[in-house]
Amino acid sequence: MSLKPSASAKSGNDLMSAAILLDVRDVCKRFPGVMALDGVELHVAAQEVHALLGENGAGKSTLLKILSGALRADSGEAVLDGIRLEAGESPRDRQRMGLITIYQEFNLLPFMSIAENLYLGREPTRRGIIDWPVLYENARALLAGLGLNVDPRREVRHLSVAHQQMVEIGRAVAQKAKLIVMDEPTAALSGREVEILHTVIRELKARGVSFIYVTHRLDEVKQVCDSFTVLRDGRFVARGAVPEVEIRDLVRLMVGRDVEFSRRTRTANPGETVLAVKGISRARESSGRHAIALQDLCVDVKAGEIVGFAGLVGAGRTELGRIIFGADRCDGGVLYLNGLEMSPLRSPQQAIRAGIALVPEDRKQQGCFLDQSISQNMTLPSLKRIARWRIFVDEVKERQLVDQYRSALRIKMANPAVAVGTLSGGNQQKVLLARCMALQPKVLIVDEPTRGIDIGAKTEVHQLLFDMAQSGIAVIVISSEMPEVLALSDRIVVFREGCISGVMDSKDATEGNLMELMAISTTAGAQRLAAL
Amino acid sequence: MTASRPMDVVGWLRRYGTAGFLLALILFFSLENSRFLSMRNVANILTEVSIYGIIAVGMTFVILTAGVDLAVGSLLAFAGMAGAYVMKAMGADYPLSWLVALATAIAVGSLVGFLQGKTVTFFSVPPFIVTLGGLTIWRGATLILSDGSPISGFDASYRWWGTGSIAGVPVPIVLFGVIAAAGFVTQRYTRYGRYIYAVGGNPEAARLNGLDVAAIVTSVYLIVGALSGLAGFLLSARLGAAEAVGGIGYELRVIASVVIGGTSLAGGRGGVGGTIIGALLIGVLTNGLVIMHVSSYWQQVVIGFIIVAAVAFDTYAKSHRE
Repeated sequence: MSLKPSASAKSGNDLMSAAILLDVRDVCKRFPGVMALDGVELHVAAQEVHALLGENGAGKSTLLKILSGALRADSGEAVLDGIRLEAGESPRDRQRMGLITIYQEFNLLPFMSIAENLYLGREPTRRGIIDWPVLYENARALLAGLGLNVDPRREVRHLSVAHQQMVEIGRAVAQKAKLIVMDEPTAALSGREVEILHTVIRELKARGVSFIYVTHRLDEVKQVCDSFTVLRDGRFVARGAVPEVEIRDLVRLMVGRDVEFSRRTRTANPGETVLAVKGISRARESSGRHAIALQDLCVDVKAGEIVGFAGLVGAGRTELGRIIFGADRCDGGVLYLNGLEMSPLRSPQQAIRAGIALVPEDRKQQGCFLDQSISQNMTLPSLKRIARWRIFVDEVKERQLVDQYRSALRIKMANPAVAVGTLSGGNQQKVLLARCMALQPKVLIVDEPTRGIDIGAKTEVHQLLFDMAQSGIAVIVISSEMPEVLALSDRIVVFREGCISGVMDSKDATEGNLMELMAISTTAGAQRLAAL
Repeated sequence: MTASRPMDVVGWLRRYGTAGFLLALILFFSLENSRFLSMRNVANILTEVSIYGIIAVGMTFVILTAGVDLAVGSLLAFAGMAGAYVMKAMGADYPLSWLVALATAIAVGSLVGFLQGKTVTFFSVPPFIVTLGGLTIWRGATLILSDGSPISGFDASYRWWGTGSIAGVPVPIVLFGVIAAAGFVTQRYTRYGRYIYAVGGNPEAARLNGLDVAAIVTSVYLIVGALSGLAGFLLSARLGAAEAVGGIGYELRVIASVVIGGTSLAGGRGGVGGTIIGALLIGVLTNGLVIMHVSSYWQQVVIGFIIVAAVAFDTYAKSHRE
């Protein structure tokens, strides 16, 4: 296939007259069977936030790993602040040079305190013994500089995701970082937390630190980034200054084609109510990520309807989805399925038998069997239907099933025997959707349907959800991305602090009034936000 | 996708390395000593391998779920002893007395396995701990039951299970073949096999796919318990006595067979095919070293070394591939 040679690529040299901090040229990296990077270049100026953009599989992660020292490039060169990066350097060497990478999975020791994590391996000592008062004082000062008002003696595992991320950033600062690389820093953050992160990034930039900022959320590029580089299929495509570019142009550069953001491309004609819950409540658990109290949640979904669950992370949207699916318990409430009243389900097994399917929020931890084949992943809950004498897997039928969904969902794969872990995020998500479709459910719950997948795959997944609703399935979409909720839903249920704060027809909904329902109301809530 | 695939030496070794090593060992020992490949010695090796190999088939299921069972050696002794004890308690000579012993041994093994599995799943005690307890509990129980002395005096039909042959092949080997084949088919072609891999690969995802994870985990301990019972019966038939010290250290041989065969202790990867090769490798090595008059002290050193080397290579190959 032929791509138009970087249509709107601008030469970066005339744009950036400021001092170059990182200069990467001609980097190539080959993996067995695929050229992951082919002559990639990247220039980051001093005191700037540089967006590194591209679809999944464009080579961003590979480039980051090469920069951090986790991978070796086959060829190419890189200079950081006048010092050449040598091929054999370890991640530790790179950190000492001031190049710190913060991955999506944090690198913190959960059972140690914030202060210990901040200064791990560099604790202040007196006669060989750790000087705890100084350690805590330094940590407190560092955290205050990031606007974080927490006790440095707290164990990291008790912190929210956003605060853990701040600790990671704090550690980078403690290591005198010149360049902080952040891989999708906002994927697990809610809107308010994203703003706080951006404030910290701007603050550190003012103090002389540069950032490489990898994200799929393009509006954030506009909010926080100064310049950008786009990669596509392992090649450098374009570079430029953010103020001079439109989001639509970035999308076109990333995918190599024009993509319409779909909003309301269908008219819903909902049927009977398939599923309803009334008065679901649950006391707060002592710990864990679902440690929030739920109060009197009532929701109903009709056949052929898409209901969006909106809310900040931890507001109760994922929690209700999991309770409906029987994955978590609740203390009280009633479930109506096809008009029949029953107590809430006690296991996913019951839910699947009752015709409810779930695509969980965390693809890798809760969804995929990464080592196992695509077909094994796709057919696991449906094996009963395609078993011979209830015992043996009928491999002919299994193959038919896989082929059917492979073409229907346009899943890109070499063959169905390949491990699902080798697929891109978008294709993994399609495998999980196919798994649910093969169950022929009456109710489908999809949690974060497009987290961490590229824009091309995103629109495809959205279209699939529309198609499934069209075929009469009652669909619940849970998402922390407001544009997604708005684009998909017929009706939107907004969650706040374990309660439902509003239900809206999507015709009346805007990001503004959704945000109001999600974030602002009770004085307690406002105070909590102020404390963040 | 257009780039040509370079020869993947590490991947190839990872797939066939153990089998290649086994063949090299056989070649080496047969060149060293012509008796090694004699019918008598081969039958000897294979019968020996069969006893713990049968348990290793079950252990493969356990380890595929990311569990482990350290109690199999003790359970072998306990179930074998229980079989002989019940058989004797029902009188001395009666038809089908062997069937009483066989059924009792398998029933006791299954029951103990089920209890251990339930403890793992219901009380969420790590399998390592549950079966470490089992390791001493069942050994002690064997001593209590037998009062420390062996039970012997089995009739010919009982002994046939350990010393007889079917079409020239010793009975334990035939049984091992059947059980290994059944294990292979189960893992490869049945729903249950798929569920085992799913539970071992990602228990949370398995639960969200509607699998009864606790029941599946319990079942693998039941399987390995039943097979330990069978092995206990066969060992007593082979030796002509049920001994309280029977099967000491078998847990290590069994686990080593599975691990050398490439099944991951982290669960979800591997299978019975590799286990058979692992079991043969240990059998050939032990026997070959004996024939070469290497002291049993050194044998232990060599086998331990090979276990570590096999896993180290597997881990290296995995990181190399990624």
